[in-house]
Order: sequence, then C-alpha cells, then structure tokens
Amino acid sequence: MASTWTDRRLAPYGFLAPAIVLFGLFFALPIGYALHLSLHSVQVKGLGLGRNAREEVWVGLDNFITALSDPELLAGAGRVLRYGAMLVPAMLGLALLFALLLDLPRTRFRAFSRLAIFLPYAVPGIIASLLWGFLYLPSVSPGYFLLRAVGWSGPDLLQGDWLFLALTNIAVWGGTGFNMIVIYTSLRAIPPELYESARLDGCTETQIALRIKIPLIMPSLVLTFFFSTIATLQVFAEPMTLRPLTNSLSSTWSPYMKVYRDAFIQGGMHSAAATAVVIAVVTLVLSFGFLKVVNRRTAERTP
Amino acid sequence: MSALLVGPRVKPSVSARRTSWLPTFLLLLGAVYCLIPVLWVVMAATKSRSELFSTFTFLPGNGLWTNLSELTAYRDGVYWLWMLNSGLYAGVGALLSAAVSALSGYALAKYSFPGRGVIFTVILAGVLMPPIALAVPQYLLLAKVDLAGSYWSVLLPSILSPYGIYLARVYAAAAVPDEVLEAARVDGARDLRLFTSIAFPMMRPGLVTVFLFQFVAIWNNFLLPYVMLADDETFPVTVGLYSLLQQGASKPALYTLVITGALLSIIPLIALFLGLQRYWRVDLLTGAVKS
Repeated sequence: MASTWTDRRLAPYGFLAPAIVLFGLFFALPIGYALHLSLHSVQVKGLGLGRNAREEVWVGLDNFITALSDPELLAGAGRVLRYGAMLVPAMLGLALLFALLLDLPRTRFRAFSRLAIFLPYAVPGIIASLLWGFLYLPSVSPGYFLLRAVGWSGPDLLQGDWLFLALTNIAVWGGTGFNMIVIYTSLRAIPPELYESARLDGCTETQIALRIKIPLIMPSLVLTFFFSTIATLQVFAEPMTLRPLTNSLSSTWSPYMKVYRDAFIQGGMHSAAATAVVIAVVTLVLSFGFLKVVNRRTAERTP
Repeated sequence: MSALLVGPRVKPSVSARRTSWLPTFLLLLGAVYCLIPVLWVVMAATKSRSELFSTFTFLPGNGLWTNLSELTAYRDGVYWLWMLNSGLYAGVGALLSAAVSALSGYALAKYSFPGRGVIFTVILAGVLMPPIALAVPQYLLLAKVDLAGSYWSVLLPSILSPYGIYLARVYAAAAVPDEVLEAARVDGARDLRLFTSIAFPMMRPGLVTVFLFQFVAIWNNFLLPYVMLADDETFPVTVGLYSLLQQGASKPALYTLVITGALLSIIPLIALFLGLQRYWRVDLLTGAVKS
C-alpha cells in the first residue's frame, strides 16, 4: 500500500518528465542563451590570429541600444504594423461573415463551401505565396491575360503600395478558413432556442446575428484576434517567397527577416539575438497587456 | 461532438426548404476565391514551358508528363527526397508529439500535485515565444553538439507542442472518468498501467486530432528547417521548393518545375484532410468538449 501511495505521488512527474526535459532543452535553454548572447559581443585581440584571439566580452545593453536605434528595424516594424492593420480586420471580418452565413438555416451548398474555404489551411505558407506570386506575375497570370485581352494593363502588384495588398491577400487566403471554422464551431454551440423566439417575434437574421450571435461568440472572436495578431507580427515565409519575384522587397522587410539576415548572412549572432529578444519582449508585453484588458472586461461584465 | 466537416444541423421546419440565395452566393464566391490558386496550379502543371507563358492560364496544356519526368530527373530526384523528408519530419515529429502530449495531458488532467499549475502555465506560455527567438539560439546550441544540419535538428525542436498538451489535457479531463481509474486502482493496477490500458485507449480520438494538427504544423513549417538545414538532401519540401524558386528567379525555365512541385506537395495534406475529416476537431481548440 505504501509503495502505491508513493507511486501515485511521483507518477505525474514521471508522466511529465519527457515534456519537462524537452521544454528545458528546446525552450528554456535557447531563451537563456539568446539573453546571454544579447548581453555579450565578440572582441578581437591583437591581430585576430591564433586560438584565443576572439573573446566574448560583456557589453551590457549595447546590443539593445544598437538594435533599437537601427532605423531599419523600426521601419520593418512599421511595415509589419501596416500589413497587420490590413490583414487582421479583413481576414477576421471575412471569417466571421462566412461563419454567420454557414449558420443560416436556408443556405445551400454549405458542406462544399465550408470545405473549399478551409482548404488553404492544408497549403503551407511558402506554397501559398508561390501560387499567388505566379498569379501576380503579368507573364503567367490569368487576370493579366484577361486585362490584356480587353486592351488594359494591370498594376504591378509586386511594387510599392500594391505589395502590401499582395501580401495581405496571401495571408487572408491562407487564414480565413481556419478562423471561420473556429468561429462557426462556437456558433453551433449556441442553443438554437436562444434565437427561436426572436425569429418568431419577426427579427431578421441580420438582427439576430448582430444582437444575439456576435455577443455570444465574443470569446472566440477575441481568441482568433489574439492569435491572428501574434501570427502577423511573425510574418516571414510570405515575403521571403515573393523576394525572388520582385526587387522591392528588401532582405530586412520584416523584423523576422532582419534577425535572419543579421544572424546567418552577416554573421552577427549577438546583435541578432538582441533583436530577437526585443521582438520576444514586445510580443509578451502586447500579449499580457491584451489578456489583462480582456480579463478586466470579462470581470466587469460578470460580477 | 461537432466534427469539422460533418453535414449541417438538420432543421425540419417549413421555412428551411426555401433557399436564401444571397448567403449561398456569397459563400460560393468565397469558395471560388479559395479554389482559384489550386485550380490554377493544377492547370499550370500540365503546361509545357512555352505554353506556360503563352496560353490562357486556366486551360490545360500537354506538358504534364514532361514536367513530371523533368522534376523527377532534377538533380537525381532530389524533389522526391524532399517529399520523403517532409513526411519523415511531420510523421515522426507528430507521432512523438502526440505521445508526449498524451502523457503530459493525462498527468495534468488526472492528478493533483504540487507544481501542476506552474508547469501548465509555463508550458502554455511557450506558445507566445516568437519562433525566431527560439530558432536562432536553438541552431547555435545544436551546432555546439554537432547536430545542426542533421535530421535531429528539425525533429527534436518540433516534438514539444504547447497546443498539443493543452488539447490532450482538455480531452483527458472530458473523456477519462475518474471512477474508472479509481476502480482499476482498487483492483491493484499501477499508475503506468492505468495510463497504457485505460486512459490511453479512451484518449485515442483526441490524440489523433493532436497528431493531425501537429503534422500540418510541421509539414507547413518553413522557418525552423530553413534556419537549421544547409544540405539540400535534408530539406523538407517547403525549403526545397523555396531554394528551387530562388534559382528560378534567374532561370524562368525552372518555373515549370516549381509549379509542378508545388502541385504535388499539396496533394498529401489535402488527402490526409479529406480522408480523416472526422478527426479535424477545431472545437477542441476553443476548449468546448462534451463528453
């Protein structure tokens, strides 16, 4: 009996051991190492020859000061914010609209539409960007083909302001379906009795959607907003894929791309680590700030 | 249980027979928008090099077999190696991930022990860590033990999935009744046996869901393998096609290979998706489980 009791006390730690070891090795240790790198730099002694010529020295916050005063990082952050300000409302607006339409009782071909709109979830961001990238290229795109047929020439979608639209479209295409399903799932969890009486009272479906359904699914809208915003800040694969097709995407277009370039193309691991730490801190502050606001709102509503 | 792609709720009322055309039309418009790039790649993959730049892009061409054999011949069939690698990273990674999630989720749902809340919160907070802030130091640390560039460098960091552990916990809490565990315990079953012969079978449908989500996450991942790998024989198909596109920028002759490769690369996931429809349970993500 005594051994069973000990078993029962130690068992959960045994079950959790693989997760804890993996977390330590692939989350905690790398984060610690990134912090270490961000506070150090490499100094070359003498002529820089010989085994101990390169030495890691403590530089305090120097790397952070350099990172934060780099106009290219701030410009990149600005571009990503602009991209996110277009993407998140468009994607979630469409996802909400489609979910509400799917939830209407008299809509046809629902199974087909739902499957088709969800399909892009199975397409990697790289491949999605590749497909759209070709559709943006005047020499192979059917859109331009049609425009030329009527004697017009379309805009160059991979230049200037159009580029933001081009990138936003790729992410809207890839992300709307998944968010639609999350929202639709919570719509279906609402007991239908809640709006049966509204329907009998002559409320239109639009009124029911605005006054009953949307307030009830607010938690999943908040959830999708939160995760979409975080994913937006991490944009990397899409602009990387479009780069070979245009010359208006720099290698530092988004902060992620800048970290990659600093670390692996310029070999500046220490400054790249500092930039990565800045990105992590900004993400965490935004996340916890957002969650705090949401929790306070929820607490106010449910006393 | 509301699976992702099952048919809509049946409402046998009189008004349900009349179709609302505007919502139907809007949804179909959305469906067409989502299918356009897929239809385009299907058509484009059938075109020969000259057809690609000359014929209307939604008409099929006669180059499919040439494209397939050229893709297969490209650098001694490296494309198929990329597909195999993707299958290996995603298959093995998702399997291990489901196993680790099952153990952790079960422990977090069915035992109360000091540190439970802290462990769960810390693991979940892992979701918020930007992948780039992890990938760069992971690469440097793995390079120190000579693992950077190996299969392990992509596989090992993909195993721990905070989402997976969260899903497994929610599912274990709903699907494994305490009474059954207690009864088996009274009969003398030890903790490991409780898990393997009672909890695990009950959690299996939820674990298939964990496996599928993690499979897609690893298959679709670009950043991690792009940072870790240098030798193109270890590339997954995402990184492989990206490298092909980069070379294609100067050689439009490679476009047909990229397009054919893109088409073939989305077939496995779409098949997985249609074949296992009832396991794509998004309701688990929002924590809504009815047992």
